[in-house]
Amino acid sequence: MFDFALHHTWLIPLLPALSFLVIGLGTRQDKKTSAIIGITAIGASFLLSLGVVGAVLTNRIVMAEPFVMKTVWARIGGMELGMGALVDPLTAMMLVVVTTVALMVNIYSVGYMEHDPGMGRFFAFLSLFAASMLGLVISVNFLQMYVFWEGVGLCSYLLIGFYYYKISAREAAKKAFITTRIGDFGMLLGILLIQINFGTVDFIELKTLVPDYIWVSGTSFLTVIGLLLFIGPIGKSGQFPLHVWLPDAMEGPTPVSALIHAATMVVAGVYLIGRAYFIFAELPVVLHVIAWLGGFTAFFAASIAITQRPFKRILAYSTISQLGYMMLALGVGSLTASMFHLMTHAFFKALMFLCAGAVIEAMHEEADIFKMGGLRHRMPVTFKCMAIGVLAIAGLPPFAGFFSKDAILAAAAEVSFPLYLLASVTAFMTAFYMSRLLFVAFFGEVRDDCPAQETNAFMRWPLVVLAVLSVISGAWGHFAGFGDWVFYGVREEEAINWTIAGSSIVLSLVAMWLAYQIYVVKRWSSYQIARRLGVIYDLSFHAYYIDEIYAYFRELAVDKVGQLALWVDNHIVDGIVHGLGRLTKGLSVVMALPQNGDAQRYVAIFYTGVIALVAYSLFYAVKILSVTGGAF
Amino acid sequence: MGFPLLSSILLAPIVAAFALCFVSKDDRETIRKVAAGATIFMLCLTVYAFFSFDTTVGGVQFAEKIPWVEDLGVSYSVGVDGISMPLLLLVGVIGISAVYTSWNTEKRPKEFFILLLLLIAGVTGTFIARDLFLFLLSYELFVIPVFIMVLVWGSTKRLPKEFVGMKFIVYLLMGSAFMLVGVVLLYTAAYPPGERTFDFDALRLAGEMGRFSDSFQISTFPLLLLGFGSLLSMFPFHSWSPDGHAAAPTAVSMIHAGILKKLGAYGLIRVGVLLLPVGAKYWSPLIVTTAVMGVLYAAYVVMAQKDLKYIIGYSSVSHMGYILLGIMTLNATSVSGAVANMVAHGMMTALFFSQIGYIYERTHLRSIPELRGLAHYMPHLTIGFMLAGMTSLGLPGLIEFLPEFTIFVGTFGVYPVQALIAIFVIVFTALYVLRLLATLLFGPADEKYADVPDEQGASMVPLLVLGVFIVGFGLFPGLLMNVINCGIEPLAPVFEQIANAPTLMGGVR
Repeated sequence: MFDFALHHTWLIPLLPALSFLVIGLGTRQDKKTSAIIGITAIGASFLLSLGVVGAVLTNRIVMAEPFVMKTVWARIGGMELGMGALVDPLTAMMLVVVTTVALMVNIYSVGYMEHDPGMGRFFAFLSLFAASMLGLVISVNFLQMYVFWEGVGLCSYLLIGFYYYKISAREAAKKAFITTRIGDFGMLLGILLIQINFGTVDFIELKTLVPDYIWVSGTSFLTVIGLLLFIGPIGKSGQFPLHVWLPDAMEGPTPVSALIHAATMVVAGVYLIGRAYFIFAELPVVLHVIAWLGGFTAFFAASIAITQRPFKRILAYSTISQLGYMMLALGVGSLTASMFHLMTHAFFKALMFLCAGAVIEAMHEEADIFKMGGLRHRMPVTFKCMAIGVLAIAGLPPFAGFFSKDAILAAAAEVSFPLYLLASVTAFMTAFYMSRLLFVAFFGEVRDDCPAQETNAFMRWPLVVLAVLSVISGAWGHFAGFGDWVFYGVREEEAINWTIAGSSIVLSLVAMWLAYQIYVVKRWSSYQIARRLGVIYDLSFHAYYIDEIYAYFRELAVDKVGQLALWVDNHIVDGIVHGLGRLTKGLSVVMALPQNGDAQRYVAIFYTGVIALVAYSLFYAVKILSVTGGAF
Repeated sequence: MGFPLLSSILLAPIVAAFALCFVSKDDRETIRKVAAGATIFMLCLTVYAFFSFDTTVGGVQFAEKIPWVEDLGVSYSVGVDGISMPLLLLVGVIGISAVYTSWNTEKRPKEFFILLLLLIAGVTGTFIARDLFLFLLSYELFVIPVFIMVLVWGSTKRLPKEFVGMKFIVYLLMGSAFMLVGVVLLYTAAYPPGERTFDFDALRLAGEMGRFSDSFQISTFPLLLLGFGSLLSMFPFHSWSPDGHAAAPTAVSMIHAGILKKLGAYGLIRVGVLLLPVGAKYWSPLIVTTAVMGVLYAAYVVMAQKDLKYIIGYSSVSHMGYILLGIMTLNATSVSGAVANMVAHGMMTALFFSQIGYIYERTHLRSIPELRGLAHYMPHLTIGFMLAGMTSLGLPGLIEFLPEFTIFVGTFGVYPVQALIAIFVIVFTALYVLRLLATLLFGPADEKYADVPDEQGASMVPLLVLGVFIVGFGLFPGLLMNVINCGIEPLAPVFEQIANAPTLMGGVR
């Protein structure tokens, strides 16, 4: 049975793709049928993914020797481009994570979207997204990855802009597409250079070619390729400075934020580097850049999250920050820690987003946490789930985040103390702002006008499942040997370093205590603190004005230059063309002057000609006579 | 010789046009049914030809040859190889789409469809011709219907349509004049009097025998380039093209952007590059550079445009720059990509224009933001615009991604700087396409458009036909690429031979 799943790995993306076709072409109008088709397809993919995990474990498929099946997609101009499925423990892990979250989100959406007339369309897009994401996960080469990478980008665009009648949603969708496109440009360049240099983009072939190449030619050219490839993840995984689209992406329906902009698509960049780690691990300069950019992004986004007010926006910045964590782990050379955190983060962040959806729906689309309060009395299940999520992301044992965050901190500490410090500070801030969110929204008094009620069953049960996963996945991964399967090169040491773990637990507890004092006990006024911080608070609250800066430069470099180009085209390029036309016309007017149909003028011109000819002949005859001396 | 497949494809629109002469001018139903019948017949035959094209054999297939003017060496010689076969398919696909887009033509439908069919016949002739004379004859023929159609059925926006029609025809005929000189030079240089011929293969043979000296090639190539280049709207000889789109009726815009420009590119490959490879090589750095400038420049102009037809017009100038870049980089990879992109861009841009034509016909508006929020009332139109837009920005899984990728692979190693700029423009393309889609389709509803009907029945045909090919070739690019490969592979020796030929930059490139 496991082998069936393994040999039919390609079915995992294909089933949701078929579901997209069936819903899109057929049942779009019928909400219920569409939902059933979508859930069935992703459910089947989920079961197959479990089968693939079983096959990996029983057949002992290891990272060094993946199971590969592929077919030729196209041959052109001497290139052969393949498509197929590559299965190793990393793939298997990703398949399960993606299908689990996708399944939960699909079920949740039945409750969340039931009053939306576009529910059929919604399920079609969700299916298309699942298909693209799963196709990306099983990629056998860079091109396949790029194809599905753009595919998930399209779905993200379609789903952010799902409420297409809202201008904010429309603009956010556009922004997401264009910002990630800038990243894709770099990545495409990297892929082109690989194709030109190695004649292939296949992961397995490259794995054997790269070491030889480095042996012969060194790493300088590969470093360029590595940096270019990394631009793709910067865009997709919301790293500074291309992170600006992710907070705006919260315009989409909340299940979408959970699935795409928290758990799966945004980690595609991390996954890409993990998949191509055999290249990146050989390039110390690139790793250095990844580690520091990741670390900086983690800190930077946390510093913004701390002052935000909308529920989902806080979560969005927290996602950026956690993605920075994963990048940091990759940069310090720990594939295991990064992928481990990717997995646990997918569960607890999806959980928190789904809670956010429940809360915001219960609050009738009110997103500002300071207009909530006391929700734990009204929504006990949602509150407990949210609390689990917060404890998990704050990294307290035995919740999932503890194990994965500790692995990252330990890996960072081994390589660079400043990075470790940065990561620890970020962890402190994370614990603080997530507790702030929890305390402000769920604690305190229930407001008089608060409409919130507990959600329906479709929305509740996925929360519970994800909450359970957010509790156990860390410990389970740690003790069941996640690192025995997902690693690069030699297996990493993973015993918990209690100095690091202990200090991070203390930091988190202090942060949570602080948040409790400020937002529940109100020992210190948050407004006073904000005013005291002045400019720093302003910068953080306005996300360092980066959007405004970009808008200014876009206006300058795109729109202004565009208007200039249009002027040049209408006046100079066309001016020359029309000028030539006018010149010809003008000449023809001059030439036409003698021919105006007036007989007298014709006669006059005729005789002028005759006189001229006679004069010329005479002159010529005289000249000849003078030369020959009269003898003709 | 068997069934004269290509002649049937060529004759179908001509016969139909002739038949239409005898239909009453008021019987609109019969008129458009005859036109539709002819183009459906063409589409079926071209699809049949495409899928029965034997890629294991390659070479010229479905060939027919009848001597014509023997003294001059002219013959009616038709046939398709791996380069012209996909383009013939493109004609079939766009032909039927153009007819259905014009389904509701009210003004003089009889004359309109006769001219449209003749136009389609003209472009068919150029792609199947294996004789330079026949090629040129068809090449010049299409200009006349276009001219009349712009004047009679066109629209006046920025410039009067009469002016644009004139600009269009003068521009193209000027280009052709240069090209004609080049062709006559080729014809006389190839063989001594008495043996002269217009046959493509014989001319290539002459080239291989060294009848075209290097200096001859270098001086003759620019003449051909002026002719073909202005037709493919090469920067800076492009300004007729967006104006032409804006003034022309929709069907003409579709054929103009979808086929005529490809015809320029096709001629450049078939006559320019293959007969005068050394000349092409010599000028390539200059042309590649201007091509890339055109890509960037036109993308910038799009940013400032509001009229949908101007937007797509300049966008197609930008996209044609990629094709010119691919051709003039002169290696097997880049040229394959260029040929594939000709098909891809043709279908994409025809879809765009047919959607614009639909909304223009119903509302007599075609500028943003006057048109806005159409998604509320017109889901089919929205799908059409989205599909065309996503293809235009090179989304994988749709037809245009792989051709562009191939061009980039082919050019990056040879002209890294130019390729870099060209690739960067994908960001610009995304920007202008998404801006267009956002304003046109999404955002708040506008009551004004509540009563405009969505695409239904006949007006869905262009979307369906073009959509099938755009998605089909996008998901299964092998279907298209295999045919193109077997057209380009035999040319590899030509490209290898000129790999070390000097350019105007001197030395080896």
